[in-house]
Amino acid sequence: MSLNTESKLEKILKAGHLAVTSECGPPRGTSLDKIEEKANLIKDCVDAINVTDNQTSVTRMCSLAACIKIKLMGLEPVLQMVTRDRNRIAMQSDILGAAAFGVNNMLCLSGDHQSFGDCATGQNVHDLDSMQLVQTVRHMRDEGKFLGGGDIAGPPKIFVGAAANPFADPFEVRVPRLAKKIAAGAEFIQTQCIYNVEKFEKWLEIARDRGLTEKVFILAGVTPMKSAGMARYMKNRVPGMDVPDEIVKRLSDTPKEKQADEGIKICIETMQRLKEVKGVAGFHVMAIEWEEKVPELVEGAGLYPRPEVD
Amino acid sequence: MIVASPKPMEEIIDTVKDCKKLLILGCNECVTVCEAGGKKEVGVLASALRMYFAKQGRQIQIDERTLERQCDHEYLEEIRDIADTYDAILSLACGVGVQFTAEKYLATVVLPGVNTCFLGATEERGLWTERCQACGACVLAKTGGICPVSRCAKRVLNGPCGGSTNGKCEISKEVDCAWQLIVDRLTALGKMDEYEQIAPLKDWSTDRAGGPRKVVKEDVQS
Repeated sequence: MSLNTESKLEKILKAGHLAVTSECGPPRGTSLDKIEEKANLIKDCVDAINVTDNQTSVTRMCSLAACIKIKLMGLEPVLQMVTRDRNRIAMQSDILGAAAFGVNNMLCLSGDHQSFGDCATGQNVHDLDSMQLVQTVRHMRDEGKFLGGGDIAGPPKIFVGAAANPFADPFEVRVPRLAKKIAAGAEFIQTQCIYNVEKFEKWLEIARDRGLTEKVFILAGVTPMKSAGMARYMKNRVPGMDVPDEIVKRLSDTPKEKQADEGIKICIETMQRLKEVKGVAGFHVMAIEWEEKVPELVEGAGLYPRPEVD
Repeated sequence: MIVASPKPMEEIIDTVKDCKKLLILGCNECVTVCEAGGKKEVGVLASALRMYFAKQGRQIQIDERTLERQCDHEYLEEIRDIADTYDAILSLACGVGVQFTAEKYLATVVLPGVNTCFLGATEERGLWTERCQACGACVLAKTGGICPVSRCAKRVLNGPCGGSTNGKCEISKEVDCAWQLIVDRLTALGKMDEYEQIAPLKDWSTDRAGGPRKVVKEDVQS
């Protein structure tokens, strides 16, 4: 398969390996040490590191600056960009800036609503939606043009990703929506955290039947639960999250001091099961503020060591 | 219609507290329908203010008037003779009416008595909900007659986003997910094949992004 970019993630996926990505949330301050520390914890067991963009609408250091730091460490960042905070001028501009520093991957998102964050009284932009942002990056890369029609001197060679949430409603449009994202130009997909494995497999089966898994690399999203409390919170409070009762029960039935271990175990079991499912091209391991557990998860799933690519 | 809601009493008192002679000016159109600034609300507010200032031991003359429309020269002319006899006019019309009144009576202070909220409809008595943001380029033909610009919290044109749960928006379990409504309607109309057409980047120049807007219809201009 021919390569469109210099992305290590693209090379791994197109070489037929199961890819592993993880993520780092930038700090609520100006120090890059935290980013370096988090990246060092996971660098040997992942192929690329997503850097979140003001996740849950809480103001943080910009994703782009943190991506550049990770790139300068010799690692492979994935720039997450939400359409909430920037108009099309700012987004195109940041895309160029990212490419200029060799940030080869982007994940295009709409972003959580600002009412969840620390600037609930702020304006949101949504000049484009996430699907149109995917189109924009592909247009800039493949046509070498700005949205306004002008030529780009040195188009951004970026491997373009989008998110998919098989658990949001209505379920019947979740595969058609995936198809739309692929048609818009998405080359890889990172999914919402999977706890309801049956539902994910059903979604994937419908996608497979439509031939979509041949057109896009789907990285299954997983997040280990730290406690029964976290499971209940995710189940009841986080929009678009599907945590089955048996997961909550399994953690609740575990003594408190062993719940974190049980959460890791559940996460590894999920990955082991999904590894065998046709259409899963890899994993996106989101260990939220628990990055030190990523190596254990990746090894537990039998995905270590990571393959070498040129 | 334009939907408005009354400003908090404390805010109104703060803006009119230095007046000796005040005209509360209602409007017989949208704000009457949404029960924020019609004749009835003018009377209620006038009584409340009179009581408040009486308790404070303040003498203040508060008059009441409601025009057919405040967004129309013809009706605004009706107060030509009296406008400048007031220290201030407290308009209970929408922001359009307040401004039009102020433009017409340059030398009189014109204050808003309501917050202008949105373009919406009466769902039931006492409940008005948003339907339109006047983006200037209607997409309803593509979205089953349900507007994602005004009814989706992220105005996503290719929805629903990943936050749609049980038909509700991620911002609140009280808010319908516009895209759930769109999908339901497209399904009912047998038009779900249209769902997979990607909505192109929207031209927002007809929205507020393009600056103050105007509509000109030359054939009716005199």
